[in-house]
Amino acid sequence: MPVNETPAIEVSELTVHRGGNLVLDRVSCQVGAGSVTGLLGPSGSGKSTLIRSIVGVQKITSGTVQVLGRAAGSKPLRALIGYVTQAPSVYTDLTVRENLRYFAAVIGASPRDVDTVISSVGLTDKSGALVARLSGGQRTRVSLAAALLGEPQVLVLDEPTVGLDPVLRRDLWQLFKGLASSGSTLLVSSHIMDEADRCTQLLLLRDGRVLAADSPAAIRDHTDTADLESAFLALIDAEEVAAR
Amino acid sequence: MNARITVATAGRVLTQLRHDPRTIALLLVVPCLLLALLSWTFDGQPAAFDRIGPMLLAIFPLVVMFVVTSVAMLRERTSGTLERLLAMPLNKLDLLLGYALAFGALAVVQAGLASGVSLWLLDLDIVGSAGWLVLTALLSALLGTALGLLASAFAQTEFQAVQFLPAFVLPQLLLCGLFVPREAMHSVLEAISNVLPLSYAVDAIAEVAANRGLSGQASLDYGVLVAFIVGALALGAGTLRRRTA
Ligand SMILES: Nc1ncnc2c1ncn2[C@@H]1O[C@H](COP(=O)(O)OP(=O)(O)OP(=O)(O)O)[C@@H](O)[C@H]1O
Ligand SMILES: [Mg+2]
Repeated sequence: MPVNETPAIEVSELTVHRGGNLVLDRVSCQVGAGSVTGLLGPSGSGKSTLIRSIVGVQKITSGTVQVLGRAAGSKPLRALIGYVTQAPSVYTDLTVRENLRYFAAVIGASPRDVDTVISSVGLTDKSGALVARLSGGQRTRVSLAAALLGEPQVLVLDEPTVGLDPVLRRDLWQLFKGLASSGSTLLVSSHIMDEADRCTQLLLLRDGRVLAADSPAAIRDHTDTADLESAFLALIDAEEVAAR
Repeated sequence: MNARITVATAGRVLTQLRHDPRTIALLLVVPCLLLALLSWTFDGQPAAFDRIGPMLLAIFPLVVMFVVTSVAMLRERTSGTLERLLAMPLNKLDLLLGYALAFGALAVVQAGLASGVSLWLLDLDIVGSAGWLVLTALLSALLGTALGLLASAFAQTEFQAVQFLPAFVLPQLLLCGLFVPREAMHSVLEAISNVLPLSYAVDAIAEVAANRGLSGQASLDYGVLVAFIVGALALGAGTLRRRTA
């Protein structure tokens, strides 16, 4: 897949403290425009914190984050970024369609978009149901649908496929690929390694630091492993040997 | 500021309420029942009911909207919908005014119903017109909403949010002139009551109930109420942070 030269997201020397602890330690990385970049790392490694910094809702200690050439969190960016929080952030006391109608009104998307995104996440038959009566995976998809409204140029998704079955996961990854090929940039966090292979680029995070940033094939080659899970473990071992 | 977002937010808040008919019923029926209870306890003393009834019409909306709003706003915070909204092209005031619009509309219905019941079923006798009662109740509801939005910033849990009612509202209730006229209080207490917003809602409604039309004193009270509402909304907007730790 062709990836543009200018990165859509550029993070440089980003340091973040949360609750007095160092959570991101001088992180620098780039997300190529038009790429589907996977953000991987163990639980607590700082994936959500990095994502929040990119969206501009995280207080940062130092460093810079640029999205589409503007400072993260700046006003013009808010209409251009779709954001899915790790926990589904929708109103449980509204129906699927009522939720999406409201978010569409806030971002100024056309009401016709609402049905499009509902069908993109496969919830057409549930569009009149209260979110409180949906399963966990269905709620996750409502939250994802809200981020798809208005065809954002950059989509930042924090574990959008958690709790979903293999068929749905495959469908959503096809959706992500389709969005990327029509020009959007996607940053998707996950800790499911077999999803990593579906990405064009990978960012491996560990303990608030970037362990590797490359394409899946390059990471496998470089570590001389057959699958990404082994590659990731090899990278961690190598780092621990280096630290000794 | 963006009228489309404000109206959409108000519509969304009212739709959430529509899915919760029990809350609507409680909001509308409880004030009427309390007024009925009050009029029966003052059986044989219509003058006392005529004095206190209107004051309660100004107090209910503030108390009720304060609780409803602070819990609703806290839910926005804890459910992550606030973080999502603040990452969208939404002005903080659009959100706050949307809430004020929705709860203001509800307050008009609540006050209209409670005034109607008081005037026609419970024989509340006032000199002024019912319209002024409803207007005062509306301002009091907006004040409750604005203070609730502000208070929710200082609550981490719904338990805390509910505790703000006795902490912030009960002192105002004690000092607003409902139990003892404010002029008759110790001068220190009177001075405190002079800076508490509920005092002005109660003064205003007593004034418009006792006089035909709008007296100078009542317009002054309304002016102070509006200033409190605007001030609380502005402070509330200040507590909404796009970036959090
Ligand atoms: N609200 C918070 N206050 C204080 N510390 C926090 C907060 N949220 C997260 N942290 C800390 O920051 C670190 C990174 O958390 P983060 O949520 O970014 O991890 P993650 O990689 O997204 O993990 P997971 O895969 O479990 O979602 C963790 O050590 C966590 O304890
Ligand atoms: Mg996370």
